[in-house]
Amino acid sequence: MTTVSRSLTYGKDFGLLYRLRLLLGGLIPHLILAGYSLLAVFPVVMILMNSFKTRKAIFGEPFAFPNPSNFDLIGYQTVLSRSNFTQNFVNSIVVTGVSLLFILLFGSMAAFALSEYNFRGNTLMALYLSIGIMIPIRLGTVSLLRLMVKLGLVNTLTGLILVYIAQGLPLTIFILSQFMRQVPKELKDAARIDGASEYRIYTMVLPLVRPALGAIGIFTMIPIWNDLWFPLVIAPSAKTATITLGVQQFLGQFVSDWNAVLSSLSLAMVPILILYVLFSQQMIRSITAGALK
Amino acid sequence: MSTTSKSRAFPTHIVVFLAPAVIVYTLFMIYPLIDSLRLSFFATGPDNKEYFVGLQNYVKLFTDSNYAPRFWGALKNNIVFFLVHMLVQNPIGLLLAALLASGGWGRKFYRTVLFMPTVLSFVIIGFIWNLILSPLWGVAESILKAVGLGALFRPWLGLESTALVTISLISVWQFVGIPMILFYAALIGIPEELIEAARVDGATGWQVFWRIKFPLILPTVGIVGILTFVGNFNAFDLIYTIKGALAGPNFSTDIMGTLFYRTFFGQQLQLGNPTMGATVAAMMFLIILSGVLIYMFLWQRRVQTVEM
Repeated sequence: MTTVSRSLTYGKDFGLLYRLRLLLGGLIPHLILAGYSLLAVFPVVMILMNSFKTRKAIFGEPFAFPNPSNFDLIGYQTVLSRSNFTQNFVNSIVVTGVSLLFILLFGSMAAFALSEYNFRGNTLMALYLSIGIMIPIRLGTVSLLRLMVKLGLVNTLTGLILVYIAQGLPLTIFILSQFMRQVPKELKDAARIDGASEYRIYTMVLPLVRPALGAIGIFTMIPIWNDLWFPLVIAPSAKTATITLGVQQFLGQFVSDWNAVLSSLSLAMVPILILYVLFSQQMIRSITAGALK
Repeated sequence: MSTTSKSRAFPTHIVVFLAPAVIVYTLFMIYPLIDSLRLSFFATGPDNKEYFVGLQNYVKLFTDSNYAPRFWGALKNNIVFFLVHMLVQNPIGLLLAALLASGGWGRKFYRTVLFMPTVLSFVIIGFIWNLILSPLWGVAESILKAVGLGALFRPWLGLESTALVTISLISVWQFVGIPMILFYAALIGIPEELIEAARVDGATGWQVFWRIKFPLILPTVGIVGILTFVGNFNAFDLIYTIKGALAGPNFSTDIMGTLFYRTFFGQQLQLGNPTMGATVAAMMFLIILSGVLIYMFLWQRRVQTVEM
């Protein structure tokens, strides 16, 4: 793109200097991008690579790839036998999955009401529901913990899920109501004439905003999966610890067992990395398409 | 907005649609926030009951020898933490976005790789860098030696003078993807004709960027700024993972989030104090709120007038 427009502007200037400039102009961005990419992946690769090596090789030749002479799975064995890894993993999936489901359900219902009906106090309600976009729920922790104690929800996954639903709703409602406003009015009115109930119309609109639901889903999921604060405060017990908290505690105990530390980091990273590789294009496209502006 | 319902009696279906979200949000977000603010005006008496004490908690936080040094220290560190993000993370994000937006081979690949650290948790990031920078493992040291800078190596995370900036840079490393992707989205949204017109008039790439593209993405600059501000003054996880709740060495990496956690839950010899914890949270609330208000009323209004 740039090269074409430049050669147009510079016209017939095909001198050596120009060609050199062109070459450098194309090369320097690549060098910067490649250099920074290396910085972004290098630490992650170091951990993954060394998690498969013997303790001696981890320290003796940290930059070497795993090979038959230094290969060792002792770290993974320690993690799987000494930690609640599976339990933590299941907890994280339950907490993230259920929260996400309710964020999308409740969020889309509220967004539908706000975008579809011109009732009294609509603007005020929209404003009220968007306070949480900027003010972090974490600041209410002292009272939130008391509330959880009162409701008997300390050390339960339900407690965590309720907090994450409340945390995820504001942005979801804000974005979804913008999308729902773009659904053609004729479509809904035609259904109304055919005698469809307002609930039926909601279920009609929902599939039409599916791309937005997907994007919001991914973006609400990541902070929930990665959160350390609320698992630490509300559900720190061994039975309810999420993977993020579980890994944090495991690493604290096994800090000097490098094989175990590297393996548990790798195990915690891999699911997210796989998901990221699968969905990264959609995720980035959804932002660049203005889905989250 | 379309109207179909007659607004005599409030229609049931609207209530049904709104109720679940409003109830969960009010009960688990708005109520705790307000109640926590209320608690900052109370203190626990010897009889374990809470009494209204007016602004005493705040006075204590600002002046008491047990609290004040920690509070002012955390506030100062938090400002440094924020400044490092504004001065390093966001310019790098802008640079990477500009390079990505200029098109060319491999951009999709770079985009994916550069955003990757952002999806990992603080716990993973914290430990990874702890290991990489550890003198015990010596990875960072070997790399510096390989380029002839071995003498520069220090246990950065362990030194009082460098720990805070090092942690800030780790956080920058993790989150550079967010400003990058937001700037990138804004840059590729600029109509091609505008840029072509400037090029035909003989503007260089540099001039096109600063005179045409940058003014057009000013709204995004504001969004990135306020997101950075809110995120930074609410940060906790990374420092807790690397340094623990005590935010050592000697509180040099203590920020508002870690101070809040320690004040609320206690640490070693000091018992936890919920109402003082609520007071720290209230200060964080005030700081974040003023940031948001400045953004909404000063920045957004100015950008709008510039656009007109």
